[in-house]
Amino acid sequence: MILASSFLQDQSFLDVLYIIAFSLFIQGLRGLSGPTTAVRGNRIAAVGMVIAIIATLLNQDEGNLGLIVLGVALGTAVGVPAARQVKMTAMPQMVALFNGVGGGAVFLISWSEFRLTDGFTGVATYITVFSLFAAIVGSVSFWGSNIAFGKLQEIIPGRPISLGAAQQIVNLVLLILAVAAGVDIAAGNHSEAIFVGLLICSALLGNAVVLPIGGADMPVVISMLNAFTGLSAAATGIALNNTALIVAGMIVGASGSILTNLMAVAMNRSIPAIVAGGFGGGGAIAGAEGAGEHAGTVRSTSAADAAIQLAYASRVVIVPGYGMAVAQAQHAVRELTKELEKRGVEVSYAIHPVAGRMPGHMNVLLAEADVPYDQLKEMDDANPEFQRTDVSLVIGANDVTNPAAKNTPSSPIYGMPILEVNDSQSVIVIKRSMNPGFAGIENELYYDPKTAMLFGDAKSAVSEITAELGEI
Amino acid sequence: MILASTLTTNLAILVLAGFIGFVVISKVPNTLHTPLMSGTNAIHGIVLLGGLLVVGAAGNDTFNKVILVIAIAFGTINIVGGFLVTDRMLEMFKSKPKPPKDADGDGDGSGA
Repeated sequence: MILASSFLQDQSFLDVLYIIAFSLFIQGLRGLSGPTTAVRGNRIAAVGMVIAIIATLLNQDEGNLGLIVLGVALGTAVGVPAARQVKMTAMPQMVALFNGVGGGAVFLISWSEFRLTDGFTGVATYITVFSLFAAIVGSVSFWGSNIAFGKLQEIIPGRPISLGAAQQIVNLVLLILAVAAGVDIAAGNHSEAIFVGLLICSALLGNAVVLPIGGADMPVVISMLNAFTGLSAAATGIALNNTALIVAGMIVGASGSILTNLMAVAMNRSIPAIVAGGFGGGGAIAGAEGAGEHAGTVRSTSAADAAIQLAYASRVVIVPGYGMAVAQAQHAVRELTKELEKRGVEVSYAIHPVAGRMPGHMNVLLAEADVPYDQLKEMDDANPEFQRTDVSLVIGANDVTNPAAKNTPSSPIYGMPILEVNDSQSVIVIKRSMNPGFAGIENELYYDPKTAMLFGDAKSAVSEITAELGEI
Repeated sequence: MILASTLTTNLAILVLAGFIGFVVISKVPNTLHTPLMSGTNAIHGIVLLGGLLVVGAAGNDTFNKVILVIAIAFGTINIVGGFLVTDRMLEMFKSKPKPPKDADGDGDGSGA
């Protein structure tokens, strides 16, 4: 150590820097409560991170600097271009990937600690326990996030891939094996093979938990994995006695837990059912039985008719869903909105908490297309407004508008909060085909006499309406 | 009692951080949930510190050095990528450089 006597390496001084760092994290996150303060909030948190890193580097032997510079350079070379170039529609997979590498770092650190101390020899039991917890959860998060990334990027099919009824048993066995390996190590087994076995079981568990989950359930999964990585980081913090890690990790854990809960409520699923891997399948099967029961007729419309209907409305609510993201239709939607506003139509957007593939996905896309923040309405604010809405324009959203969730107790989605578009005077649904949505449930909304279906790709359909509007 | 103090102090910090997290995050509107996720993502990149601390310890063999460099790289991706992407997103939410167009479309007759 070059500056051995310097106050810069005094533990109290470092502790103060860590306290400043985590205070900045909290202050930064407080900024996220509104769009005007959010940019600053994020930067405040980033400053906190720089301080935490500098504090840690102050106590470094110069002999290790080469390795640190190498790691940081590699990470920067990958992270910066990825963050700069990613499209807003690809944000869910980007977040999944960043989340995964965090989990990866956690389990690798835990592994290196194990090796460094010859299997936690002479280490306090609680440190061993927290390190092992971090290893298991970090590994689950790493592999789970990678699978989520693969599904969102469509490298792996988005549909549920599962072992059926055996899935939950397999998951449980993997969890028990991982925990048993951990207990064995904590009890004094120093064999690295056991530790590697723990990592492998956790890795398989991460795969097994996320593979059976369908694309539309991704908001829950991503939030949950986010919480996992946070908690594993907090556990690493306890193992390494580092307050900045504990606070930052725990706050992320809390954030991820809140989001997971919100998403689960918005999808009408319980978190235990999600963790048990029992989802995706149930709804689809029950829905398939109900399919085809509908004797009602579907009215289809044309872009020209839709344009007329919209042009003479005084209030229009746009309900976007994943279909808008797939078709990259957000800019076309914004153009349509501008055209309508020119005609004095009042336009707002009603956004369901689970629309898209991650929490807040639709809002990011619409913000990218320069939709003003105050036009974006959350579900609870939007629902009372539908009654005084002339036309609801549903773009690529399905299950989140299904009135069966309110009216049909036998429906698998009964009880799920929905956007009550059927309360509006009329509804136009832009959809590629009559295929049921992710949950595999027929949408009664489409058979409602006041609903007109405009079949086609979201982007081209919306552009056609805009073009037709220009000719009225 | 004294022996356990590091653990109990850290547990106290952990629990308090959890409560603070719940309070602070509960105030974030649904609209900003994606930036919230990527922002908190960046913050858990702080595991980088763990990599820095362990790589600094004496006695790491070559294999340990390799996995620690990977861990540091992962942590850096997490931090740098997370903050940058969050900044990009939030800038979009903030930017409202087109008030004239909105005024035109207000329907109050002031525009075209």
